Amino acid sequence: MSIASAFLALLRRDLVIAFRRRSEMVNPLLFFVLVTSLFPLGVGSQPKLLALMAPGVVWVAALLAALLSLDTIFRSDFEDGTLEQLLLSAQPVSVLVIAKVLAHWLITGLPLLLMAPLLGTFLGLPSQAIGTLVLSLLFGTPALSLIGAIGVALTVGLRKGGVILSLLVLPLYVPILIFGAGAVGNAAMGIDATAQMYIMAAFLIFSLTLSPVATAAALRVSLS
Amino acid sequence: MFGNFFHKMASPPWFYRISGKLIPWVGAICALLLLYGLYGALVLAPADYQQGDSFRIIYIHVPAAWMSLFIYVLMAVCGVITLVWRMKMAEVVLITSAPIGAAFTFLALVTGSLWGKPMWGTWWVWDGRLTSELILLFLYLGVIALHNAIEDRQTAAKAVAILAIVGVVNVPIIHYSVEWWSTLHQGPTITKLDKPSIHIDMLIPLLVMALAFKLYYVVAMLMRARVELLERERNSKWAKEMLGEL
Repeated sequence: MSIASAFLALLRRDLVIAFRRRSEMVNPLLFFVLVTSLFPLGVGSQPKLLALMAPGVVWVAALLAALLSLDTIFRSDFEDGTLEQLLLSAQPVSVLVIAKVLAHWLITGLPLLLMAPLLGTFLGLPSQAIGTLVLSLLFGTPALSLIGAIGVALTVGLRKGGVILSLLVLPLYVPILIFGAGAVGNAAMGIDATAQMYIMAAFLIFSLTLSPVATAAALRVSLS
Repeated sequence: MFGNFFHKMASPPWFYRISGKLIPWVGAICALLLLYGLYGALVLAPADYQQGDSFRIIYIHVPAAWMSLFIYVLMAVCGVITLVWRMKMAEVVLITSAPIGAAFTFLALVTGSLWGKPMWGTWWVWDGRLTSELILLFLYLGVIALHNAIEDRQTAAKAVAILAIVGVVNVPIIHYSVEWWSTLHQGPTITKLDKPSIHIDMLIPLLVMALAFKLYYVVAMLMRARVELLERERNSKWAKEMLGEL
């Protein structure tokens, strides 16, 4: 079996499993919508204030939704033993990790992208910034999944990994949040956001290169 | 010769013996430096022409901030040694350093906040450096929490080693993105004091204090490492001998 066919087989398997449990797919999306709609209730409904806060609010909500769904990357595979078989396979674990993270992002990250323009509009984000919002999430959410995978791999063997996972992962999310929300904020003010976009893309490439290796090492430690 | 030293360092009984001899000496030098540094800082150094006496907190604040970064990098180096050469001592140093580093980070944050009150007029400013120091504290707490959560010590050490390496790759990225963010968002002009060419009478106590802090870290780390070693090796012959059980 070649690396490419192993990659595709694992990707297809994860997507099929997710599709059979469609209700779980909806949870992060619902969470995203709920958290975003809490902000106007908390800070008041002045349109100016909301429009000013919209980039940050949408980005923080997307980040929390991504965090909430992280645990599903490896949890069920760990519990039924599939993960051990993956580690025993002849293929490089880091490539298999990319397949699993990609499947996870397609299931949980992509819907956020589709929902974000709607939520941005609810909060009064100017329409010229909507495109930047989607693009920044397109670069940012896969990086969130990739970085988060390291944390999940470290905590997958623990019974109460959830709280620790957020402590491990959230500090590492800071740069992505800064540049993601910053890009949208710039676009909302009518300033060019190309620079931030390049940096977001660089983060994505950087995490795509390094995080699978770290995740594979962490999985080996957790399953030893 | 260096290889031999490296090999010996890896042996817990040897480390235990040598560190026991080192601690009083290093501790004494540290105490002397601390006394001189504090005297220089509080008495000898002239008051700042702008900040008056309140600048003197720099002698705690800056060394603590330096140590907070230094210890994290050291932990990552130990993490690499743990994963590549499987050296037990590196595991011990990595794990025992984390709480000390967190304490220094906390100290830097508290003193920064105390200093901010007379200088900036508020206890907390979302200034680039303060914020990245806060995130560094979270990174330390993550290391400690992960280590406490995993019961098997060997597994815990390896997991923490990976986390420390991932963290140290991210520290510069976090630092610069936070600085970039705060300089972009700065609405009111916070007069961040330009680095003045510091007077030599002010500089010497600062360097002495930095050295004293470093030695304090060495002493604290060695003491914690000895306890950790005894706990890990409590069933081995040398540990029982040390504890007088044999």
